Amino acid sequence: MLADALLLQLGYNATLVTFGAALLGIAAGVAGTFLFLRKRALVSDAISHATLPGVGLAFVVMVAMGGEGRSLFGLLLGAGVSAALGLLCVQWLTRRTRLGEDAAIGAVLSVFFGFGVVVLTVIQAMNAGRQAGLEGFLLGSTAGMLRSDAILLALSAALVLALVLVLRRPLGLAAFDPGYAEATGWSLPRIDLAMMGIVLVVTVVGLKVVGLILIVALLIVPAVTARFWTERADHVVVIAGIVGGVSGYVGAAASAVAPALPTGPIVVLVGFAIFLFSLLFSPRRGVLASVLIHLRYQRRVHVRQGLLALANGQPIYEALTRRLLARSGLILPDGVPTSEGQAAASKALLDETRWAIVRGDQAYALAATRYDGLTPIEDVLTPDQLTEIDGKIAAPQVVT
Amino acid sequence: MTIALVTSRDTDAAIRVASPLAVRGMTVSYGQTPAIFSVDMTVRAGAMTAIVGPNGAGKSTLLKAALGVITPLAGTVSVFGQPMAQMRDRIAYVPQRASVDWDFPVRVIDVVMMGMYRRLGLLGRVRGQHKALAQDCLDRVGMADFAQRQIGQLSGGQQQRVFLARALAQEADIYVLDEPFAGVDAATEKAIIAVLQGLRDAGKTVLAVHHDLATVPDYFDDVVLLNTQVVAAGPVPEVFTEDNLQAAYGGRLTTARADPESVAG
Repeated sequence: MLADALLLQLGYNATLVTFGAALLGIAAGVAGTFLFLRKRALVSDAISHATLPGVGLAFVVMVAMGGEGRSLFGLLLGAGVSAALGLLCVQWLTRRTRLGEDAAIGAVLSVFFGFGVVVLTVIQAMNAGRQAGLEGFLLGSTAGMLRSDAILLALSAALVLALVLVLRRPLGLAAFDPGYAEATGWSLPRIDLAMMGIVLVVTVVGLKVVGLILIVALLIVPAVTARFWTERADHVVVIAGIVGGVSGYVGAAASAVAPALPTGPIVVLVGFAIFLFSLLFSPRRGVLASVLIHLRYQRRVHVRQGLLALANGQPIYEALTRRLLARSGLILPDGVPTSEGQAAASKALLDETRWAIVRGDQAYALAATRYDGLTPIEDVLTPDQLTEIDGKIAAPQVVT
Repeated sequence: MTIALVTSRDTDAAIRVASPLAVRGMTVSYGQTPAIFSVDMTVRAGAMTAIVGPNGAGKSTLLKAALGVITPLAGTVSVFGQPMAQMRDRIAYVPQRASVDWDFPVRVIDVVMMGMYRRLGLLGRVRGQHKALAQDCLDRVGMADFAQRQIGQLSGGQQQRVFLARALAQEADIYVLDEPFAGVDAATEKAIIAVLQGLRDAGKTVLAVHHDLATVPDYFDDVVLLNTQVVAAGPVPEVFTEDNLQAAYGGRLTTARADPESVAG
């Protein structure tokens, strides 16, 4: 069944929903990257929770005006207005009061969400039955999604991607060095406004698919995941888009197989699985890589220290050092150095002596910054420079 | 009386037109305590000027307010007599190294390219000439071999030089630096001062917050002694005197001399 869903064999509507969710995932991953890089990830949580009263009130207004109250466009418009209001509250509290952004986010998020729940409850009491579907905005539901809804998603995703393409330079600059951005004439408030506007669009159109509680995960998880795989901001954006797209696609397909499950949590769990894999196995920043790099480094330090001890005729106390030296055939089990061991030890001592001269000589100040006790000096200095240094070892200068 | 006032206004207008950066009546306050109060500063074109003063004197604040990074309570800034907003392209800025997150996913060459964002605009294509300029700027600060490194792998001094290269890429007339020598190695300090003196000799203007009193006469032409207000300002031989330093630093002068880093910031 899941394979059918992934291959889009479950009919027209499911296909539509799956594509819509993938597009939303791409847009959310790309937009969320700039929030993450600007270190304002949690603002999106305030925005998404602040949509709820808007959804409820829009429903009430549409019913009062004689409509059925189920128009997705109308509901999302209400969500957008109330989310923008919540965002303004956060910014006002942060700028005009002594509250930090975290406290402002907490206050706005809970008050707006609480108010939204009250509105939904009142609606439920008044018009039992007709509000069906509004709960879908909490955790996301793709059941009953229409072609027009999918088109709305696609257009919004295209809009978000176009905006990010145009604004990529100021957005990146503001995230890395806001002071420099201002000093060179970019308006920081406007850049931030644009960033929040983009996030607002993603949040509002994503409400129906993943729900307001979990949209924050779709904004942040892809960016955090992408960071494991690259050291370049432009690549983070692209990888985050891919991770978000895959999460949306797989999540929506799975939800098409089991309509009882809300879509949002499945999408988020798929994203989390990719995140977990990255966290463990990323070659540079992953947990396993860090452990391996640390262990390898520790061994190199032990071997180096052991060789220097051999060269100076000092005893080696640490069992690990002795074991490592013996395993590389540098010492015999009884601690006596082999001929290779003696050669390696005298080489290590020569290196250290050369380094000591480099580090004490102002002329080599730049090379000296690369000393870490392990880097072979041949990697840092030219053969000519080495000859010069060796000259100083052989004939120490007389201090007059 | 009226005539005298008009004359002095005209004179100041002429002074401001000649100055690459003229600050008048600048007050910045965090809460109710002014960090700088009613500061007038006229930077001389083609000279290297140091802003010197004790810890908390408002040196960085003055720079940031002059560049519009923070909003002052009062005060105007002019660049060759024109409002700052129209003249931003003429000014390059080197912020404090500690002001950014060095784990940010960006390579050295990308940081230097940021110096050209203003010129490139939103959609301008990065062409060969831009890349060549960025590489050349890195070369001038001795960082040509580090172009592809992630910035987090650099030492403090190397990071500072990358920031300087980004300012060079702006191809500006005025270079404003916030503590360029704070926490850098001796080799970097030498490299930076050589670049700055090269800029000065090419007719550019350099303004830097500086914390090491001992090197002021060697490095700079002019000095502004700041302690919330301007204590004295002018050419180093005339202004950098024991009396003025005593007035700016008070009892902290001996500490400042013994340990320059203690008055950084």
